[in-house]
Amino acid sequence: MTDIAVTAPAHGHADHAHDHDHDTPGFFVRWFMSTNHKDIGTLYLIFAIVAGIVGGVLSGMMRLELAEPGVQYLGGWAEMLGGAGDEVAGKHFWNVMITAHGLIMVFFMVMPAMIGGFGNWFVPLMIGAPDMAFPRMNNISFWLTFVAFIMLVGSMFVPGGSGLGAGTGWTVYAPLSTSGSAGPAVDMAIFSLHLAGAASILGAINFITTIFNMRAPGMTLHKMPLFVWSVLVTAFLLLLALPVLAAAITMLLTDRNFGTTFYDAAGGGDPVLYQHLFWFFGHPEVYIMILPGFGIVSQIISTFSRKPVFGYLGMAYAMVAIGVVGFIVWAHHMFTVGMSVNLKMYFTAATMVIAVPTGIKIFSWIATMWGGSMSFKTPMVWSLGFIFMFTVGGVTGVVLANGGVDTALHDTYYVVAHFHYVLSLGAVFSLFAGFYYWFPKMSGRMYNEFLGQLHFWIFFIGVNVLFFPQHFLGQQGMPRRYPDYPDAYAFWHLISSYGYVIMGVGVLIFFANILWSLVAGKKAADNPWGEGATTLEWTLSSPPPFHQFNELPRIA
Amino acid sequence: MKSLKTPVIKVLIAAALSLGAVGAGQAQTAATAPAEAPAATVAANPAPVAAPVEAPAATPATAPAAGDAAAPAADATYVPMKPTPGVGQPIDRGIDFQPQVSPIGEQAYWFNHVMLLPIITIISLFVLGLLLWVIVRYRAKANPVPSKTTHNTFIEIIWTAIPVLILAVIAVPSIRLLAAQYEPPKKDALTIKVTGYQWYWGYAYPDQGIGEYVSKMLPEDQAKAAGEPYQLAVDNRMVVPVGRQVKLIVTGADVIHSFAVPAFWTKMDAVPGRANETTFTANKVGVYYGQCSELCGVDHGYMPIAVEVLPVDKWEAWVRSKGGNPAGPVVETAAAPTEIAPAAASAALPAAKN
Repeated sequence: MTDIAVTAPAHGHADHAHDHDHDTPGFFVRWFMSTNHKDIGTLYLIFAIVAGIVGGVLSGMMRLELAEPGVQYLGGWAEMLGGAGDEVAGKHFWNVMITAHGLIMVFFMVMPAMIGGFGNWFVPLMIGAPDMAFPRMNNISFWLTFVAFIMLVGSMFVPGGSGLGAGTGWTVYAPLSTSGSAGPAVDMAIFSLHLAGAASILGAINFITTIFNMRAPGMTLHKMPLFVWSVLVTAFLLLLALPVLAAAITMLLTDRNFGTTFYDAAGGGDPVLYQHLFWFFGHPEVYIMILPGFGIVSQIISTFSRKPVFGYLGMAYAMVAIGVVGFIVWAHHMFTVGMSVNLKMYFTAATMVIAVPTGIKIFSWIATMWGGSMSFKTPMVWSLGFIFMFTVGGVTGVVLANGGVDTALHDTYYVVAHFHYVLSLGAVFSLFAGFYYWFPKMSGRMYNEFLGQLHFWIFFIGVNVLFFPQHFLGQQGMPRRYPDYPDAYAFWHLISSYGYVIMGVGVLIFFANILWSLVAGKKAADNPWGEGATTLEWTLSSPPPFHQFNELPRIA
Repeated sequence: MKSLKTPVIKVLIAAALSLGAVGAGQAQTAATAPAEAPAATVAANPAPVAAPVEAPAATPATAPAAGDAAAPAADATYVPMKPTPGVGQPIDRGIDFQPQVSPIGEQAYWFNHVMLLPIITIISLFVLGLLLWVIVRYRAKANPVPSKTTHNTFIEIIWTAIPVLILAVIAVPSIRLLAAQYEPPKKDALTIKVTGYQWYWGYAYPDQGIGEYVSKMLPEDQAKAAGEPYQLAVDNRMVVPVGRQVKLIVTGADVIHSFAVPAFWTKMDAVPGRANETTFTANKVGVYYGQCSELCGVDHGYMPIAVEVLPVDKWEAWVRSKGGNPAGPVVETAAAPTEIAPAAASAALPAAKN
C-alpha cells in the first residue's frame, strides 16, 4: 500500500524551475515568521536538539550525583544557579532536576522532534500536499512551544518553596504542587505546560485537517504511508488528551492562587482526582511519544528490506487500537493510591490488552523483513535496535500491568528502567533512525555512514548499561526520585552512571556527524535509498524545493 | 473473582469517617483518643497530637534510648533488634526481589518468577532470535531478490491469538493475587495507623492504646553505631508480632507519601484526607526496612520505614514499654488511654520479665 506509483507529472523539474521564480524570503522573515512547513519542521528539529541537550545534561548531572552514595554536588549546583548552597537547597535542586528532565524530554524533545519536526517535514511531502492546511497556525505552534520552553527553564531560577525551581516531579501531583510548593516556580511550570499544550492542540488540529483534506488525488486513507497514519492517530490523541491536562493544571493554579480546593480534602476536594485527570492525559501521552516512532520505523524497515510493509491495514489499525485502548488504562499509574479491587482488576486486564496490537506491530515488522533483501544502512540499524529494545521495554510493561506485582515495583527504579526502555531506547532510537533516514532529504547531503554506525553501537551499549541495571535496583526496592541511597545500591548505580558516559560519547559522535555532514557531506541524490523507498518525498529533489507539488501528483 | 469491593469500601468509608477525614487527616483514631481529635486539623502543625498526654511512653522525639527514665524499669526489656544481613534490606549487587516473608509476598514472588519472568524472557529472546534470523537469512547478499508477500491472514491471526492466550494465562494468577491482597482483614488483625509527614512517619496502635509516636531516620553515625544501614535505620520502629495479620490504616498529614516495605510486598500511598487500608502478615522474626515511595518534597529520600517483627511475648513487652495494653482492643466504654496505660503497665510486670 505504501508502494505508491506516481503517474504524473514529473514535478521534480517543474519545482526546480519554480524555486527560482519565487524570491525566498530574507533570513528574519524566513526563520522567525515562517509559514513553510519544511522551515518550521527544521526549526522544531533544532529546537528539539537544543532541548535534548539541556535535558541530557540534567540527566548527566543526576547520574554524576548518583554514581556514589552520599550527596556530593547538589548544594554546589544549587548555588551556581543562584540559590542557597545549603543542604536543603541542594536536595530541592535534585527534585527540580528530575522535574525539568522529565518535562523537557517529554514536551520539548520527543514531541517537538517527532510531531513538530518529522511530522511537519514529511506529512505534507508524503501525502503530496504543498504545505500544511494552516501555515500561520503552524508558525504559532512552534513559537508557543519555544516560549513554553523558556518559561520552564526560567522556572528553575525563581523560588519554588524550599529552593529555586519547581520540585514536584513531572507529574506535578497535588498537594505537593499546591500547598507543598510556595513561590512562583510551580506557577511558571504550569503556565509552561499550558503553552506547550496549546501549541500541541493547534498542531494536532493542523495535522488532522491536512491529512483529511490535502491528500493528493488518488491517495486514499488506506494508501497513506504508515508514518502519516501514525501522525494522524497521534494528532487525535493530542486533541483529546491535552484539554484534560489543561483542565487539571488550571485547577492546580486556582488551588494554588485563588483558594479553590479541587485537590484539597479539607475543602471537599481530592488529591487523587488530580492523579486521575493527569494520567487520563498522561497515558495517551506515552503513546503520543511512541506512535510516530512506530510510523518512522515502518517506513525505514520497508525501505531497507526493499519490500512493502507486511500487513499494512493491520499495522494502521493496530495503531488506532493502541490509541483507543490507551485512553482507558490510565489508572495503572496509580495502583498504590488505594483503589478498589475491582477497579484494579479492570485496569490490570485492560492494560495487558495493549500488548496485543503492540505485538502485531513487532511481528509485522519482522514479517516485512522476512523474505526481503535487507541492507544495513544506519537508519535500518537504528530501527532494528528499536524493535528489540522496544520489545524489552514492552514486556516489562506487561509485568507492571499486573496490579498485584506492581505493589512491589511501583515507584521504584524498575519503573524508571521500563519507561526509559520504551522512550530512551524506543522513541529516541526511532528519532535517530528517522533523522538519519531523512537527513539526506532535509539537508541535501549524505551523513557519514561510518560515524552513523559507530554512533549506533556506542549509544546502544551505553543505554543498555545505563538502564538495564535499574531493573535490578527496582527489584531490590530502590525508590525513584532519590538523590541518595543506602550503600547496598551503590554497585548498580555506579554501573548505570558508567553507562551514561558511554551513551554520552555516542551522542558526541552524533553531533560530530551532523556538523561534518552539513559541511562536507556528499551531495544526496533525490532518492539515496534505492527502489525500496517508495513514498512521495523521494520523488522530490534533495533538499526539496521551497514550495513543492504546485501540480498535485496523482496516485495510481 | 470474589466480590470483595463492598466490604473493602465499607471499611474504608468507616475508617475515613471515624478519622474525621477533614483537614490534613492526621487526627488520632477517634475510638481511642476522642479528646485530642479536634485539635488535629491544622496542616501547618503536623506534630503528633497525642504526644503530650502519653506520659508513660517514651517521648517521641527523643532518640533511640529505649529504656528511658519515664518508663518503669521492668519494661526496659525491649531492646531494638539487630537486622539480619540480607534480610529485609537490599544487598550489595543484588538483582532479585528481597526475600519475601509474607504469604502475599510469596504468592506474588512465585507469580513473577514462575510465570512473568520466564514468559517475558522467552518473548524477548524469541524476538531477538527472529531478528537475528532475518538479518542473516534475508540480507541483500543472501537474498538479492525480495519477495512481494504483504499478506498472510493465517499468520496474522496466529500472532494475534497467541499473545491473547498468553495474556489470558497471565491474567488468572494475576487476578487471584489481587483478590488475595484485598481479602478483608481477619477479626484479630492488629490495627496500626500510619501517618506520613514531611518527613517522617507516625505510628499509632489504637487498640493497644499506644498513641502516635514518630519514627525518624537515624543520622549516619548513630545508624552505624547501631549496626544498621544508614538511610534505612530509624529511631522508633513499627513493632509487630510475628504471624499475626497487621492492618494498616495509612494516611498523609501534608502531602502524599507512600508506605512501602519490599520484604512484605506492601506499598500503600499516604494520601491526605484518605484512610487507605492494607494488610500484611510477617511470618519471620526480624527487622524489615522500606522507604517512602511517593515524591514528597526535599527529604523524600530521608524518611525510611523500619518494621520489627517480634515473637508474641516480646512484642507484648514492647507494647507495655510503650504504655499500652497488648491484650487490647479495650472495652468500648474505656476511658482515655492515659488511664489505661499505667494499669496495663503494672499488670504486665511479671510477664515482662522474659
